[in-house]
Order: sequence, then C-alpha cells, then structure tokens
Amino acid sequence: MRAEDILSPTPCGIFCKPGGFHIDPVRPVARAVITHAHADHARAGHGAVLATPQTLDLMALRYGENFAGTTQAAGYGETVDLGGVRISLHPAGHVLGSAQILVEAGGVRIVASGDYKDVSDPTCAPFETVPCDVFITEATFGLPVFRHGNPQDEIVRLLHSVALFPERAHLVGAYALGKAQRVIALIRQAGYDRPIYLHGAMEKLTRYYEQQGQDLGELRLVRGTKKAEMAGAIALCPPSSLKDTWTRNFPDPLAAFASGWMRVRARARQKGVELPLVISDHADWDGLTATIAATGASDIWVTHGAEEALVHWCRLQGLNARPLGVVGYGDEDEGDDAPIAAEAGSAGTTA
Amino acid sequence: MNRFAELLDRLAYEPGRNAKLRLITDYFRHTLDPDRGYALAALTGALSFRHAKPGLIRALIAERVEPTLFALSYDYVGDLSETVALLWPAPAKDHGRNAPPPTLTDVVAALNTLGKAELPAQLARWLDELDETGRWALLKLVTGSLRIGVSARLAKTAVAALGDHQPDDIELVWPGLAPPYSELFAWVEGHGERPRTDDPAPFRPAMLAHAIEETDFAALDPADFTAEWKWDGIRIQAGAGTQPDGRPVARLYSRTGEDISAAFPDLAEALAFDGAIDGELLILREGRVQSFNILQQRLNRKAVTAKLLAEFPAHLRAYDLLFEHGEDLRDLPFIERRRRLERLVAALGSPRIDLSPLIPFTDWEALTVARADPASAGAGADAEAVEGVMLKRRDSLYVPGRPRGPWWKWKRDPFTVDAVLMYAQRGHGKRSSYYSDYTFGVWTAGESGDELVPVGKAYFGFTDAELIEIDRFVRRNTLDRFGPVRHVTHEPHHGLVFEVAFEGLQRSTRHKSGIAMRFPRISRLRWDKPPGEADRLDALEAILGRIEAGRTNSGSGPAGLRDKQASSGADIHG
Repeated sequence: MRAEDILSPTPCGIFCKPGGFHIDPVRPVARAVITHAHADHARAGHGAVLATPQTLDLMALRYGENFAGTTQAAGYGETVDLGGVRISLHPAGHVLGSAQILVEAGGVRIVASGDYKDVSDPTCAPFETVPCDVFITEATFGLPVFRHGNPQDEIVRLLHSVALFPERAHLVGAYALGKAQRVIALIRQAGYDRPIYLHGAMEKLTRYYEQQGQDLGELRLVRGTKKAEMAGAIALCPPSSLKDTWTRNFPDPLAAFASGWMRVRARARQKGVELPLVISDHADWDGLTATIAATGASDIWVTHGAEEALVHWCRLQGLNARPLGVVGYGDEDEGDDAPIAAEAGSAGTTA
Repeated sequence: MNRFAELLDRLAYEPGRNAKLRLITDYFRHTLDPDRGYALAALTGALSFRHAKPGLIRALIAERVEPTLFALSYDYVGDLSETVALLWPAPAKDHGRNAPPPTLTDVVAALNTLGKAELPAQLARWLDELDETGRWALLKLVTGSLRIGVSARLAKTAVAALGDHQPDDIELVWPGLAPPYSELFAWVEGHGERPRTDDPAPFRPAMLAHAIEETDFAALDPADFTAEWKWDGIRIQAGAGTQPDGRPVARLYSRTGEDISAAFPDLAEALAFDGAIDGELLILREGRVQSFNILQQRLNRKAVTAKLLAEFPAHLRAYDLLFEHGEDLRDLPFIERRRRLERLVAALGSPRIDLSPLIPFTDWEALTVARADPASAGAGADAEAVEGVMLKRRDSLYVPGRPRGPWWKWKRDPFTVDAVLMYAQRGHGKRSSYYSDYTFGVWTAGESGDELVPVGKAYFGFTDAELIEIDRFVRRNTLDRFGPVRHVTHEPHHGLVFEVAFEGLQRSTRHKSGIAMRFPRISRLRWDKPPGEADRLDALEAILGRIEAGRTNSGSGPAGLRDKQASSGADIHG
C-alpha cells in the first residue's frame, strides 16, 4: 500500500480513505480524529470524534457538550482500529491534550503531527518522537530566522519591566488556550508569587488546567478589580484585547505579547507591542528540522505555514518532501479571537 | 554589548518619553564604566568610526547559510541586519572557543583601531559570541544604521536623573567631556568632583518665553517692553573664544545645547568674536530671509557639500549677548545687553551676522497692527519669515529656563479651516486603545457632485476629554475597517467637523488634493456644524495663492485684538 492511498489531502482536510476518517477537518465530516483543541483544528459539528480525553473536554468547554454526535477518548499510546487502519495518539507537546496521530496500514507508518513543539512546557506532556515512514509536519515557523530561545529569559525581561515600572499595569497578550497557562506557569517558575489577573475570556480554560492538576498560584479576574489595584500587576488577555477599550481599566498599561512572531521586529511593531516576548507553542526552525531528522521518515509532507523553505531544506537533506496545500489552518496568535475578547462585552467600564 | 543591545531593543518599542528616560537611567545605574560611557556616546551620536558596508555582512552570511534559505528569510524579515542577526548559526560546540561576549567597550575600541582587512573575521567572532539582540545591535552599529529614536538631550537627561541634577547642569559641563565620560558619571553619582570645563565656548542654558494670551495684556505696561520679530528659523547660540594655545574656537548650539557646528561650517567660520550670542539661524538669499521650508531643505541633507553651502547660505540674526570677553552679561538688564550687542554686531561688520531689529510701538494697538502686517512695520521683504512678535521687558535679566513674566512670545494667528473627519486610526502607547489620529477633508466638485478630498492628518490639539468624545463618535460611526484604520461616516448631514489650525500650505504631489498642510492640529470640535457646511478646497487654494504671492498675513488685519473664539462660520482666516 502506498502512503498516498492511506492519507490524502482534500478540501476538508487530510482524509484516510481505508479508515473512513478525516484528521482535523475544517468542515463538518462523518468521522474526525482531532489532534488538539485549537479552534482551527477542532471544529464543532462532526458526526463522531476521536481525540485525547483533554482535547474532548476542552472542545466541550468551547462548543458545549453536544459539539459532536459521538465522542471517543483515546489516551496516549492506546491503539484504536478503524476499518483495518491502526490509529494511536502520542504527545505533541503543543498544548494540554495535544497529540500526534500515528496511522498504520499495510506496513506503512504515517505520523500526522498536528501542531507540535519539542521543548519543555510545564503545562503539557512532552513531545514524543514517533519513528515513521511519512512525517506530516506543520511549518508555522518554517524559516531559519525563527529560533525561539529560552522562554524563561523572556519572563525575566517581563519581570524586570514590572520592577522598573511599578506604577504601570503589564498586559500580556497570550492565546487563551495553552499559551496563557504556560506563561502563568513560567512566571510562577521564575518565583513571582503575587496574584496574576485574567481577562474573562480565559477564565474557563484556565480553571480547567487547574482541575487537571496544574498549579498556577493565585489568579484573579480583572473584572471587578479597582483600577488602582492594577498598578504594577500582571494581567493576561487575548492578543486582540491589547488594542481594545478593555485596556482603559488599567493604569498606564504596557502591552506585552507572548508569541513566536515577536522574534521579527516588523511583526511586533505592526501589532503596537511595547514588550515583545518570544514564547511559542510551535517548534522553531531548529525544532522542525531536528524532529524531521529524528523520525527517520523518508517522506515529509508539509502542511501549514512557510512550506517553501522547509520543503527546500528537506530536499537538500535528500528527503522526499512536498507541500500538502491543505487550507484552513491558521496560527492561533494571528487568528482573531475577537468574538470572545473584543467588542463582545467583557470590557465595559467595570471589567 | 548584550546589555546595551537589550536597552536599544526596549527603546525601539517604547513610545513614551518618560518610560524611555527610565529605561536609560536604569541602564546607566546598573552598568559599569566604561561601558555605560560608550553607550552614552552612542546615544548622543559621539561615536565615530569607519562603517562597514552591507556587502561585507552579506558575504559573511553567504558563507554560513544556504542561498535559497537566506533569500526566503531576507524576503520575510525585510532588513539585512535583522535577518543576519536571526539567521547567524550558533558556533559549533567543539570549536574549543568559549569566549564571553564582547562588551560595548571591546567593540568600540576594536572598531577604532581595526584595519579594514581584519574587520570581517573580527565581526564573525563577535557574531558567534553574541545573542540575537546583541547581533542585531552590533550589525546596526557597525553599518552606521543605528536609529534609536532618542535625542542626545534625552540621554543627557537620563544621566542627570542618576543624581539630583538638571539636564542643563549636564549641558554646562558637556563640551569639555569625551567618551567614556567616567568623570561625569562620578560627579552625578556624588563620588567625584564636578568636571572642570576650560572650553572657551561652552553652551549657556537658553532663556525661553511664555506664549502670551489676550487677557495678559491688561496687566502689562507697553512702556516696560521692547518688541522684536520672532523669526521662523532655528534658535541657536553662537559661542566663540580662544583656546589656551591660541587656537580660535567657534561653536553653534541648538537651544537644548546640542553642538550643531558641523552642519553649518559656513556660519561657524564667521564667528569672529569672543563671547556668546543668542539668535536665530536663517537662510538668507540676496539679503532676503527665506521661509522655514527652505531652511528645512538644508536641514534634511546629511552631507554638507559646497553646492549646499552655496544654495542655502546660513545666517545668524542676533537677539541677545550673554558673554563678551569673559564677562558674564546675563545679570545686566536686557536694554544694556542689547546696547552691547548692537556695538558688537556693528564692529563685526559680517555679512553673515546681523541684528534683529526692534519694532517701534507706543501702545498695544500699534503693536497689533505691526504684528498683523510685518511687511509695513519694518520687516519689509522678510515678512514671510516672521512667525510673530517677541516682547521682552527692558529690565529683564537673562534667566535660563522659561521664567514667567520677563519674556513673551506673541505668535501670529494660525490659519484655520473647517474640515470633516474621514478616517481615524488608533494611536500609540497610552493612546493605543483610542482612535486619536485623524484624516480630514474638505469639499470639492467630483464626478457625481460634491465629494470630500483628504487635505491633512492631525493627532493633537484636543483635550483628553475631547479625545474620549471623538473616540466614541468614531466607534459608533464606523463604516469599514482597513487594518488599524476606520472609515468614519462623512455625509453632508452626518459626520464630525473639526476646526483645523495650521501654519502654512505647500503644493504636494503626494496628496490627492495637491496640498499639504504645515503643522496641522485640531483647534475646536464643531459638533454644531453639519459637514455639508465645512470648507471647500477653493478656500485652501486661495490661501496657497496668497502664500505664494508672498503675503502670509494672518488676515485679521489691523482690527485690534481679535477674539479668536468669536470668529465663526465657514470663513477661512487666511
């Protein structure tokens, strides 16, 4: 069996014909296997969904209990048979519950990695290298200029700024699922023990991380807190709120943004960020290339991001590589969280 | 170097002046000599070495990164130094080299002594040792493309803030100092003597005037004051003297004490006196003062060429004399200083230095007439370069800073126009959640009837309370969004009218209207006025016509003390 006969790109996403399922479909389908709960990968309305228990929980939190016809949970390493195709989920290190999907049929092993990172993250299981013949990789940061560095150094910069400007509120834009909780955990690791404030849009997801055993220290909601109390405080919010009237609830707010894009000055300036923090939940260039090599795969399919450079690099290494051209996946820092965060409410004068 | 790079990085993103100041002071406080001194030199533009060419940087990266990957990266990042800083591969671990990253002092010292042939290898070693931000700053520094967005004045203010000093205290000792300024830091931190300056032509902090309000006149007696033209050039201080070894020294300072002599060698060589003159730098052609626009053309040029000197000859119009032959005149009354100045200028007999004439007047009415029509009141053909009138008490001493009472500036009325808000954009820093930058337009005949054509942009002039009102209006009347820009309703019966004040107009091919405004600001919100009654482009054309004919008069004519608030309707005061 050829790999192309097992998995192939379609307008809905990657489709497994022999198994009768899609991976991270961007439109409602009969049967979906979901890598992780970010909105561009996990959509509501599928007939049946297979994912890790945490991904299913997070989807229910976002879309309501009835987000799919039926659901099936599979823990890391558990094998499921779908029409003669063996499927197992393995940690992707991207966010809580995120998984790579190993698809095995006719002696061919294909790994669809979803989004992943190969560096440590206190809020999710570490990335696991899964040997395979075909590796489907993302390429969000698929240019050699992206090297994310140590996130703890970025937290040191944030805390230095808090010390230097004790009368200003530091607003940290961070994606509500994964990035926000990781940033909080990193701040705690750095020894900061004062309360950390949350935008209302992150409350539910953050409480879920706590229920899953993540210790995030004392968290308070911005809503209902007096403006004066926010002097010198750190507050997390969805990136889109940094430019919103919501920021008027803070004394002399300073806008920070935690994202891999902050590595490039023009991108940071475009967003009007005063303190760019290079903290990413995606593998950087070194991570992508090291992971590709480690899987031992001879064929590399590149899905979303800067495919061109990564495909070029693979070919230089003598690997077969091609862009998949699957559309519909963004990157969570760029996707506008507006409906949750911005004009929809939470702000007001008392938030 | 990494620390200095981190400071530059923060400064590049920080919009607020006070926050910048705090970042720089914090850096100085936590950085040792001589590194902080070279940082101060970099911030004040006092470092000089031969810059590396971009070709050199390209060659270095070409040895290390595959060409297609470099091209894709450069294309994405868009800036050579930044691309190379981000792409530079970490040195191989087994290289046996574990050198600490270079300090700023190492870099400055090496750049001053390094031969051209040695530069590439040294640069590569440094790039191996630095982090991303360090590499970026290093490449910007060596290629001479470091743009920090900090004035020399702000850097000196940050030094002053290390101790209990004023920025002017730093300016006073600055001319005698050189990098790395160890004695300066020692003094401001209280463990060293005040640096002695034996500079024969140091800067003396300038005296500035308050803007006079119509209501101030009642309390003032015309007999106590002299009046002179306020020239629309650059306020400067010209200092000259002799070194102990007999060599002459001549310097031109901006009003904040920056040494700008190098940009005006033609004027600096004409300073054949011993003392300090306060005056205005102007461009004179055939004895006629040119407009500020012309002066700006000279300021915008980097290289001072013979052609530039010939086309834009610099001139000093003298207002005041602060020192003469070592004698401090600042404690004398203005009238006495003026007499000394008149004598000095006459004795010099230089075509490049003349006296700012006094305006004869007996009462405020007469001065109002003169201010409204400088051409007939003595300014003659130079009236175009008159920005207003200066009032100085005859007995005023020369006091640094902006004391209230002795000196007043009385600017000519600006032009105003009623224009309609068309587009709004979010501001920066504190204003980042407010739509605070406005594009406004006036009516003109279009293909399908009257339409608005943009004529300018303004982002100040309104109060904080007005900003909140405008922001609310923008949010409630948005038709469309383009990135950070909102398209705001601007129909004849629905929209917001601004009274926009501005200093002048120029023809411009970059604007659809063909006109560019100088120094526009929102002077009033006209909630009462339907947009359909705002001004038309013809009115601006008419003002431009008058400006081009050399009559920039503010047009209120000899009508006494016009109450600006009472001016009404759709007329343009031009």
